[in-house]
Amino acid sequence: MSRLQSRFAQLKEQNRAALVTFVTAGDPNYAASLAILKGLPAAGADVIELGMPFTDPMADGPAIQLANIRALAAKQNLAKTLQMVREFRAEDSSTPLVLMGYFNPIHHYGVPRFIAEAKEAGVDGLIVVDLPPEHNVDLCDPAQAAGLDFIRLTTPTTNDARLPKVLGGSSGFVYYVSVAGVTGAGSATLEHLQQAVARLRRHTELPLCIGFGIRTAEHAAEVARLADGVVVGSALVDRIAKAENDQQAVDGVLGLCRELAEGVRGARR
Amino acid sequence: MTSYRSGPDANGLFGSFGGQYVAETLMPLIHDLAAEYEKAKIDPEFQKELAYFQRDYVGRPSPLYFAERLTEFCGGAKIYLKREELNHTGAHKINNCIGQILLARRMGKKRIIAETGAGMHGVATATVAARFGLECVIYMGTTDIDRQQANVFRMKLLGATVIPVTAGTGTLKDAMNEALRDWVTNVDSTFYLIGTVAGPHPYPAMVRDFQAVIGKETREQMLAQEGRLPDSLVACIGGGSNAMGLFHPFLDEQSVKIIGVEAAGHGIESGKHAASLNGGVPGVLHGNRTFLLQDEDGQIIDAHSISAGLDYPGIGPEHAWLHDIGRVEYTSVTDAEALDAFHKCCRLEGIIPALESAHALAEVFKRAPKLPKDHLMVVNLSGRGDKDMQTVMHHMSEQEKHA
Repeated sequence: MSRLQSRFAQLKEQNRAALVTFVTAGDPNYAASLAILKGLPAAGADVIELGMPFTDPMADGPAIQLANIRALAAKQNLAKTLQMVREFRAEDSSTPLVLMGYFNPIHHYGVPRFIAEAKEAGVDGLIVVDLPPEHNVDLCDPAQAAGLDFIRLTTPTTNDARLPKVLGGSSGFVYYVSVAGVTGAGSATLEHLQQAVARLRRHTELPLCIGFGIRTAEHAAEVARLADGVVVGSALVDRIAKAENDQQAVDGVLGLCRELAEGVRGARR
Repeated sequence: MTSYRSGPDANGLFGSFGGQYVAETLMPLIHDLAAEYEKAKIDPEFQKELAYFQRDYVGRPSPLYFAERLTEFCGGAKIYLKREELNHTGAHKINNCIGQILLARRMGKKRIIAETGAGMHGVATATVAARFGLECVIYMGTTDIDRQQANVFRMKLLGATVIPVTAGTGTLKDAMNEALRDWVTNVDSTFYLIGTVAGPHPYPAMVRDFQAVIGKETREQMLAQEGRLPDSLVACIGGGSNAMGLFHPFLDEQSVKIIGVEAAGHGIESGKHAASLNGGVPGVLHGNRTFLLQDEDGQIIDAHSISAGLDYPGIGPEHAWLHDIGRVEYTSVTDAEALDAFHKCCRLEGIIPALESAHALAEVFKRAPKLPKDHLMVVNLSGRGDKDMQTVMHHMSEQEKHA
């Protein structure tokens, strides 16, 4: 059983949703980012999404764009991101970790090399925003063959006719992008989420995580009653933007993570 | 013989270039667009309307003009200028905008968005949006806004909202990112009118088809004027739409030598250039796999060119393929060479070319003198230079200071 499978199975037994946290690797710098990463599980993160910085994050809003700029300014690259995962794995062998980003840095690094090193470093899955199922041969197929999960984004525009194609190659979990828009923008109504969850459940048995626009413990709790996981990114990354030094960045992210975890854990009681 | 004109395949690929590398939110939209475009392409009513607007609104056909004084000056090949700068709005950009706006109307879209670099595509988009009464939002980098203020004013006069983009270096790439973010947010109402032969399929093929009127006319005009096909074609390349429009109808004519000219900025070796084919490697950006300027980590490098319209770190995927298989020769011209050609064209022909088109002219000055007098060379004069007055003035005063 993969780390993702066992984590979601374990949470299902506990009758609670997963808190899925997103931060960008190397934001605001390698050391502080590693401290954040290492602190996340104890602060209540059940699944970790680690962003691979890119100069042109076309699907991201201002908060994550700035996170990418900070990380790149601190000379983060794919090799260092993989090193960060190795250092994390040395201390934590149970928390699933998924790399998220855009295809070009991986393409440039070399797909076979990337897959081999990611697997070896202890990465569990990949989310690559600009690789729809039309391009499965580019990365999804070889990654899955090597035992890395490939997590698909589904969106409000993914209609029933298209869903089987999108879900077909998915593994690990399904990420529902709850609003048509960039990260950190508006949020969906509960009514929309209920309908979307019902629709997706008809098409897949994979755990269903919902993201985009979730910023507070209360909001996370509402979503946690519906879905198998709640994804929070921009709100966490904003804590780094507001920090005056590395310690504040670490404390800010982990503090919000604890609040969100409380919300998610208390949701179904 | 296999045709060079049959691409892209069903997946939007030209060889290994092109494709549909976009976020899932946009996938259903680009599939809809591709399906609607396929229908429009074979709809006689659509083609009739397109032809009407090309003739009576854009002013086509544009002349194929024998540039006698340029020819005398070079002392070699017989040089013809395809006068795209005489189109309404002053460049080839409107050929594509008319086509796409008719498609947007057909799809019931009420809001048009576009990215622009030099502002020519922004002006052409604002123009057709005004003509068809549609809301228009143009994304433009702040660096480009500074160097193209006249075009910003023109867009506003035409009723468009110009949104400044500060991200990155505030040029075309950043404007395109921001337009994509708008599109992903306003999926139902909005039509994204991409200005060049790049982006996810079907854009590269669709924009090429709308621009191919340039090459089709050139072919007919040359046959009428000289009784035979041209021997060579020269065009500048940023994203590559004016070049693809001229080249495509000639790709299967083995006797026609085809030359694309990239912007070498301060020189390829300086690292400050916009020559994706001559100074980049394949990668994935803005929905397509193509040659890109990138660093050793696969991060996109900002392009540099004196010409805002060529200032883009990528290139259309069909050009990437034509480069890869060697059908088209891609060369490059520096800022200084382009400026020199700009001045020569003003003085010799009484035509002020766009700095983009001046890159193609610079290549002509290099090649034409070495060619025989019966060699027929066509240069795409893709735009007029009125928009570049500030840039050229600035450059001349800098030169005087150094002199």
